[in-house]
Amino acid sequence: MMQFTISRATITSRIAGVFALLLLVVLAAAPWWASSSFLHLAGEFAVYLALATLWNLLAGYTGLVSVGQQAYVGLGGYITFSLALFLGVHPLLAIPLAGLVAALVAIPVASLVFRLAGAYFAIGTWVMAEVFRLIAAQATALGGGSGISLPATVTKELGGKWLREASIFWLALALGAGCLALVYLLLRSRIGLALTAIRDSEVASTSLGIRIGRVKHVLYVLVAGLTAMIGALISLQKLRVSPDAAFSVNDWTAFVIFIVVIGGIGTIEGPIIGTIVYFLLREFLADFGTLYLLFLGTLAIVVMLGAPKGLWGYAAERFGWSLFPVGYRIHFKE
Amino acid sequence: MDLINIILQGVLVGGLYALFAAGLSLIFGVMRLVNIAHGDLIVLAAYIAMEVIRLSGLPPLVALIFVVPVMAAFGYALQRGILNRTLGGDLLPPLLVSFGLSVILQNGLLAVFTADSRKLDAGVLETASVSFGGLSIGLLPALMFATAVAVIAALQFMFYKTALGRAFRATSDDAEIAELMGLDRRRVYAWAMALCLGVVAIAGVFLAIRSNFDPFMGPGRLIFGFEAVIIGGLGNLWGTLAGGVILGVAQGLGAAIDPGWQILAGHVAFLLILAIKPRGLFPRMDG
Repeated sequence: MMQFTISRATITSRIAGVFALLLLVVLAAAPWWASSSFLHLAGEFAVYLALATLWNLLAGYTGLVSVGQQAYVGLGGYITFSLALFLGVHPLLAIPLAGLVAALVAIPVASLVFRLAGAYFAIGTWVMAEVFRLIAAQATALGGGSGISLPATVTKELGGKWLREASIFWLALALGAGCLALVYLLLRSRIGLALTAIRDSEVASTSLGIRIGRVKHVLYVLVAGLTAMIGALISLQKLRVSPDAAFSVNDWTAFVIFIVVIGGIGTIEGPIIGTIVYFLLREFLADFGTLYLLFLGTLAIVVMLGAPKGLWGYAAERFGWSLFPVGYRIHFKE
Repeated sequence: MDLINIILQGVLVGGLYALFAAGLSLIFGVMRLVNIAHGDLIVLAAYIAMEVIRLSGLPPLVALIFVVPVMAAFGYALQRGILNRTLGGDLLPPLLVSFGLSVILQNGLLAVFTADSRKLDAGVLETASVSFGGLSIGLLPALMFATAVAVIAALQFMFYKTALGRAFRATSDDAEIAELMGLDRRRVYAWAMALCLGVVAIAGVFLAIRSNFDPFMGPGRLIFGFEAVIIGGLGNLWGTLAGGVILGVAQGLGAAIDPGWQILAGHVAFLLILAIKPRGLFPRMDG
């Protein structure tokens, strides 16, 4: 008789898991051993990792390609500043509140943009982000078109220089690792099974009883809230918000899309690889300014045409790697 | 009288938005492609016109004789070389490739022409106007609107009365059956893109005469064109003209209240119509 066992983890994934935890511990201690420029860079890395992971959750699994996630990055920053400036809320407490408010805003927004099918959805989200940006530019209490800096009185609430830098770094680390963990756990759950099914075939998953519309709606709102929390964090990293920077389509969506496409869309590992590649390229090529962006755009097109599953997808297919397995494996015994 | 004037100017500007939108609508109709780089291609056409004028000394509208074929040839090559490879069942590749193209165009133009804002000089055409009954109509806006009507009429004629239009419609209905009838889908798509960029060339030159332009203006033009398409209803070219007009009037009214509200008012009008009539005012096709 054939016997079999079912496993979810692989040896690689166990090693990766242990390694990830170790890395997290070492990084959490970074404020004691690293320079403030390292903390700054690592914080930025975490921000892009989180944004890419979230965008990938939408586009890679449910086919909701948004070109307007900067709407929520900017919204998060503006809500944080409003709460801190007008209501005296502690900036760190303002971050989860910003997420909550943005998620509430995302509910009616979703019901509007979801009326647009396929690719038109993408441009619809962009229009939404433009609307947010233009409204922010009209908000004279928040500096109108030129934006506003966080006053020193509020900055002081974040503690002295060391504590401020450390706590903003920890927050970035927590959000980066948190988003990754959340997506991993989500994809291993029942909803994850539904998402993977939707990714593979919408028609087949409908016939299996998955309510695609509802799953997409919930996911869009969840991602909006989390993206706004990242936006809130970004505003504290920069201690400043302005309409053009906070709602920048290049910074918060174009780069994020390139990261996911280059790393591998529809995989958990893809955004990690993509973020590493993006930061390496940036360190070496950023001096070239516009040529760097030309190169990034070209690379994204070449990857999309040549290896549509990105660097990680290519490697995973070729070598069978999986750092974050979400499926089930059956092992047969004679 | 003021209000009538604002509406009239809005209607005429709507012609320009319809020109932005017509190519977008054509491409979506034939191959379900939404080209994110559409706006950047409009800006590219403006820069090509600028170079043609610099080298030849021709007036802008005459320069179209060169710009239209150059853009059309570029469209044909772009479709055959890159975009055709992305078409299939999946939504992502065309969207992301055209997004990459958009970033490449913006930064390519920035590298070559710097971020300085430019303008094409059409001489007396820019200021000439006719007035009657207290209203004055600029010659340029009127010409722009007339061109939009002519372009859409020509596209409509092409679609329903010519062999090329029949090929477009057949490929749009069912590309595989059309191939069985002897059409080469890749070439049909390439011709559609060539035609689209021909219209884009006209839009780009009018844009460049009417206002300043710089390498980063593209996304904004894409959004206006997109809004006109959705307001008018997918697949209906005359509807697209109506969509452009509604957008232009909404922007004009917004600007009259507060200059900061011009663009916002257009977006709000678009969102309102999306909320009330998700398929647009004159739908003819499913997304």
